[in-house]
Amino acid sequence: MKLLTAVVRPFVVDDVRDALERLAILGMTVTEAQGYGRQKGHREVYRGAEYQVDFVQKLRVEVLLDDDLVERALEAVVKACHTGRIGDGKVWVTPVDTVVRVRTGERGSDAI
Amino acid sequence: MIDTGDTAWLLVSAALVMLMTPGLALFYGGMVRSRSVLNVMVLTFVCLAAVGVVWLLFGYSLAFGDSVGGVIGDFGLAGLHGLGERTVGPPGHQVPLLAFVAFQLMFAVITVALLVGAVAERARFWPWLLFVVVWVTVVYVPIAHWIFAFDGYQAPHGGWAANKLHALDFAGGTAVEVNSGAAAVALALVIGNRHGWPRQAPRPHNLPFVMFGAGLLWFGWFGFNAGSALGANGVAATSFVNTTVAAATAVLGWLVVEQLRDGKPTTLGAASGAVAGLVGITPGCGYVEPLGAAAIGVIAGVVCSLAIGLKYRLGLDDSLDVLAVHGIGGFAGMLLVGLFASTGVNSAGANGLFYGGGLDQLWRQAVATLAALGWSLVATLVIAWVIHRTLGLRADRESELDGIDEAEHAESAYDLAVHPSRRGVGAGGEVHR
Repeated sequence: MKLLTAVVRPFVVDDVRDALERLAILGMTVTEAQGYGRQKGHREVYRGAEYQVDFVQKLRVEVLLDDDLVERALEAVVKACHTGRIGDGKVWVTPVDTVVRVRTGERGSDAI
Repeated sequence: MIDTGDTAWLLVSAALVMLMTPGLALFYGGMVRSRSVLNVMVLTFVCLAAVGVVWLLFGYSLAFGDSVGGVIGDFGLAGLHGLGERTVGPPGHQVPLLAFVAFQLMFAVITVALLVGAVAERARFWPWLLFVVVWVTVVYVPIAHWIFAFDGYQAPHGGWAANKLHALDFAGGTAVEVNSGAAAVALALVIGNRHGWPRQAPRPHNLPFVMFGAGLLWFGWFGFNAGSALGANGVAATSFVNTTVAAATAVLGWLVVEQLRDGKPTTLGAASGAVAGLVGITPGCGYVEPLGAAAIGVIAGVVCSLAIGLKYRLGLDDSLDVLAVHGIGGFAGMLLVGLFASTGVNSAGANGLFYGGGLDQLWRQAVATLAALGWSLVATLVIAWVIHRTLGLRADRESELDGIDEAEHAESAYDLAVHPSRRGVGAGGEVHR
């Protein structure tokens, strides 16, 4: 089992969900996140005073996956997030030891 | 004989001006950080309470009672006792005196409320309330007397600027705008800069508040300016049109400056430009033609926008730019009356430089403005300094950094947490979920 984590622009999250649903991946967790990467935030101006905003608003999407779905899911997410401009985000995959479905007590792939 | 039309307009105008104070609370509240919004709003709002009581007890009497040497009124009207039956105004256009009392009260309220912009995010509540009471009495009341109290209107003798100098100030360019701008400088000097300013100048936390507040100010300003005609008449209509025209051109003026200087027209700039234009046209709204008002508006918008940088050059944390928007805008507006005023618009006025009046009116405008500025600056410095030294006008460092709302008021504006992080502890000590 793997955990796919994507930090994405807020407005692409519906596209990500649609793309994953087409692969019959039916669950995801979304949290608000802030951060910066290569673009180093952005500039705002209030009454002539400039502010450097270091942290950009993002959404963090997390999806638990069976190993055989990882490549297709990764491709789908990257495609859904891609605009080609700076700030498109990052996607990474980490191994997961155990998953338990709280309602039934099922473990592993059955719990995804 | 009371004129019901005039009376109705004056009462509505008083109500419109009242609305400017909660409007200002929104305007200011949006410009500060979320941890200070309640403090800024309540300091503004409480002026309605404090000045209302001062006005009743002695404020109105000292501002509009019979003049002592043209400098201040007497105590003859203290307590507003027995005024219910009295009327004021020219024959055929009488209004109840208490309508005038109410209208002028709202001017006093908004003027001191403007000063919150100079002390935002760091002023303690009770010392501020004491400051409001003393400042209105010692600074606002005399200046209002100088400029608004006309011989014979309410009392036999009025103020020197209105009757001897014949400075023209239709709706309070000196008493409200220049006065608050000068006092803001004094207050900011006494209370000191916010921690970290200007290195970490705080960003506005809610620009929609600012826009809504600016909209309410614009709306209320119709009462402020057109109400100053003290009747439902042609001068009121002229003032109304001039008010909105000046705000319109000032918005555009401010935004063009921003586009050229910063590369983007901003929301805060549009809101600030509107206020700058309203400030700029205030003294002249009943004396100039609509095209003159348009010129005054665009000048106010451009000048105030450029003046915003002044506080950084002076190193003075006039947090919400009371000096740049109200002080400089009011100063410019007062002087521009000396250029654009026309007796063709208002026979009670004078001709400015552009209407064949020469420099005569201009120097009268300058003298009234500088007198208000000087008295406001000096007296505010003394009042603020004494209160600061005795009671402490400023919150301590921790309160300011952790959030003055919580430290001063035991409240916070927003509870956005999903988790039940706040437990209600009832008065009896039992825990409520």
